[in-house]
Amino acid sequence: MEYFVQQLINGVTLGSIYGLIAIGYTMVYGIIGMINFAHGDIFMVGAFISLIVITALGLAASSSIFIIILALILVLVCAMIISSVFGWTLERLAYRPLRGSFRLAPLITAIGVSIVLQNYIQISQGARVKPLQPIISGGHTIMRRVDENGEFVVQISNMQILIITVTIVLMTVFSLIIARTSLGRAQRACEQDRKMASLLGINVDRTISTTFVMGAALAAVAGLMYLLYYGVIDFYIGFVAGVKAFTAAVLGGIGSLPGAMLGGLVIGLIETLWSAYFSVEYKDVAAFSMLAIVLIFLPQGLLGKPEVEKV
Amino acid sequence: MAEATQTGTGAGGGLELAEIGKDLAITALLGAAIFGSTIAFKTETATGGLSLVLRFEEAFFVIAAVVIGRLILLLTVWRRPGGTDRTFVPQALQTRYTEFLAKTGKAFVPIVLLFAVVFPFLPFTDRYLLDLGILILTYVMLGWGLNIVVGLAGLLDLGYVAFYAVGAYSYALLAQYFGLSFWICLPLAGILAAFWGIILGFPVLRLRGDYLAIVTLAFGEIIRIVLLNWYEFTGGPDGLSGIPRPSFFGIPFKRGEGGFADFFGLDYSSIHRIIFLYFLILVLALITNFVTIRLRRLPIGRAWEALREDEIACRSLGLNTVSIKLTAFATGAMFAGFAGSFFATRQGFISPESFTFIESALILAIVVLGGMGSQIGVVIASVAMIGGFEIFREAEQYRMLIFGLAMVMIMIWRPRGLISTREPSIFLKEKKSVSADMVAQGEGH
Repeated sequence: MEYFVQQLINGVTLGSIYGLIAIGYTMVYGIIGMINFAHGDIFMVGAFISLIVITALGLAASSSIFIIILALILVLVCAMIISSVFGWTLERLAYRPLRGSFRLAPLITAIGVSIVLQNYIQISQGARVKPLQPIISGGHTIMRRVDENGEFVVQISNMQILIITVTIVLMTVFSLIIARTSLGRAQRACEQDRKMASLLGINVDRTISTTFVMGAALAAVAGLMYLLYYGVIDFYIGFVAGVKAFTAAVLGGIGSLPGAMLGGLVIGLIETLWSAYFSVEYKDVAAFSMLAIVLIFLPQGLLGKPEVEKV
Repeated sequence: MAEATQTGTGAGGGLELAEIGKDLAITALLGAAIFGSTIAFKTETATGGLSLVLRFEEAFFVIAAVVIGRLILLLTVWRRPGGTDRTFVPQALQTRYTEFLAKTGKAFVPIVLLFAVVFPFLPFTDRYLLDLGILILTYVMLGWGLNIVVGLAGLLDLGYVAFYAVGAYSYALLAQYFGLSFWICLPLAGILAAFWGIILGFPVLRLRGDYLAIVTLAFGEIIRIVLLNWYEFTGGPDGLSGIPRPSFFGIPFKRGEGGFADFFGLDYSSIHRIIFLYFLILVLALITNFVTIRLRRLPIGRAWEALREDEIACRSLGLNTVSIKLTAFATGAMFAGFAGSFFATRQGFISPESFTFIESALILAIVVLGGMGSQIGVVIASVAMIGGFEIFREAEQYRMLIFGLAMVMIMIWRPRGLISTREPSIFLKEKKSVSADMVAQGEGH
C-alpha cells in the first residue's frame, strides 16, 4: 500500500511534466491541425537553457532558500523567453511557408526541424550527458509503517511539491488566458474556422505565432522541471518525452487543455506503475501501446469532441 | 536559421532601406537569442559540478553570417516589385526546371538503368564505390517499398524501419537457430515482415493521416525496444553476429576447390562477392519497382491511388478501405523485409542500433523529396541523400544537421518533391501527365 502511494506521487510528478509539454501539442494541433513534431525538442532546448543559466548563476543547494527561489524564477524567465524565440522562429521559417500546402508537408518539415534542433544542441553543447547537482533537497514524510519487513516510508520531496504547484498555477493561468482574454478568443476562433476568423479581422498569422510561443514557453517550464527532478539531460530527451506528451495530448482529447493535463497524468501514472510493478525496460512500450490502444478504441480521447468527417 | 520573414514592400517597388534595416535588426536580435544562448555558453562537466566555457567569438560569427545571409537574400532572391507575392524561387526558374525535366525525362530512365548495370565493371569502380552503390540501392529499394505505402496509398508510415528490422532479424535468427540458407530465408523474411505489417496495420489503419503516422512511429519504437531488451533471443544491444554470407545459388564465395572462382574458372578475388551483392540488391530493387508498376495497373493499385485522393469517395463507391490499406501496408512491409534480410547478409552483423527512428525518417525523406509516387524521383533522391552523406563524411558531426536543414529547405522549395508530375495509369484517348500541384492529395484520410 505504501509502495503504491509512493509510486502514485512519483507518477503524478512525472505526469505534470508530460502534461506541460502536451499542452503545446494540443494547442498547435487544435489551431492548425499539424503535429508539431519538433515540440519535444523545444522542451529539450528549454532544459539546456535552464542548465546554462543555472551554471552561469552558480546556483547550488547550499545557497539560502530565498536566493534559490529568486534564481529559479530568473532561470524560468530566461528559459521561457529563449525557448519562445526558438518556437517563434521555427514557426516562421519552417511551418508558415507551407501553410495551405498538402497535409503531410508540415509534418515532414517538423521532423526535419526536430533533427536540426537535436544535432544543433549536440554540436553546440556536446553529446555527453549533463549532470546537475540537486538544488532543491529535502522532503516530508507523509506515511510511515513499521512491520516485520522493516520500515516503509512514503515521502513527498520539496521538488515534487514544486513541480506539482507550478503545473497547477500555470494550468490555471493558461486556461484563463484561453477562456477570458481576447487572445484566447482569437485562438478559439482560429481553431474553429481560420478563414472566417480572418474575415472578421483576426490576424490569423499572429495568433498562430502566439500559440507556438505559448507552447514553447510551457515546454521550457517542463524542461526546467525535468532538469531539476532528474538531474541529468542530454540532447535526445526531447524525442521520447515528445512522443509520450503527444500520447498524453491524444489520450486527453486533442485540442482540449484540461484533456492534455489529464492525459499527461494518466501517462505518467501508467509509466511509473509499470516500472514499479513490471519492468523498467519496457516502460516506453507500455506508454506507446497505450497510445495505440487509445487511438483505436477512443479516437476522440477522454475529453475531446468526436471529429466529424466532411466531404 | 534565425531569420524573421517580416518583409514589407515599398509602394513603388523594391524594399525600402529602412525596412531592410529593421528586418536585419530583428534577425540580429533573434540570432543573438538563439545562438548567443547556446553557442556562446557551453556547459562542461568539471570536477565538483558544471562549468561554463565562453565562446563569444564563435557565436558572433554565426550571428553575423546569418544577418549577412539574410541581407543577401533580401537584396537578390526576395527582391520583387511591389504588390506581387513572394515566392521562394522565381517563377521563371520553376518553369525552366519543369521544361528541363520534361525534355530529359524520357531518356533519363534507360540511361540510369544502363549505368546501374555496367557500374561494377567500369574502370574507376573500386571496392569503396561498389559499397556505396550497394548502400544507395538498398535505400532505393526501401524508398520504392515505402512509396507503395506513402506515395500510392497516401498512408504516412513513420515506422517503416520496423519491417526492415523484422526482415533482418528473421534471416539472422532463422540462420542461427535452424541453419537455413539465405535463399530460403529471403522469401520467408518478406512473408514474416508482411505478416507483421498486417498484425500492426489491422488495428491502426482506421486512423486518420497524422494519427496513423504517430502510431506507426510508436510501433517502430516498440519493436526496437523489444529487440534491445529481449536479450536471450535477439542478443539485445550486442546484436547478432556471424550471420552467414550469401552463396551464388549454392556455390559459396571462397578460395579454392568448389568456390565461385573455381567453378567459373576465374582467379579468386574478394570483389566477386561484392559484385554479386551489388547485382542481388539491384535485382531486388528492380523487382520492387516492377511489381509496383504492375500493381498500379491492377484494380488494387487503382484502389490505392483512389484512396489517396479521397477516402470518403472510395468508401461510398463500395471499396473496403481497411483491406485496401492493409494490402498496401503489407506489400510495403514485405519489400522492407526483403531489403532487411539483404542488409543482414551483407553486414554479417545486426543490432538494434541500425533500426532507429532516424532511419525511418531518412527513408521517408527520400520518398518525399523524390516526389511522392514517383519511382525515378526515389532514385534521384537516394543518390542525392546517400551521396550527400558520403560527401559530408569528413564533417561527421555536422552531417545530420545538414540533413535536417536540407529536409526543411527542400520541403519549402518544392513541397511536392523533385519530380512532382504524375503519370496517369488510366486515360481516355491520350496520356497527359498531371502536375501534382493540380490535385489535392496526400491527405491520407
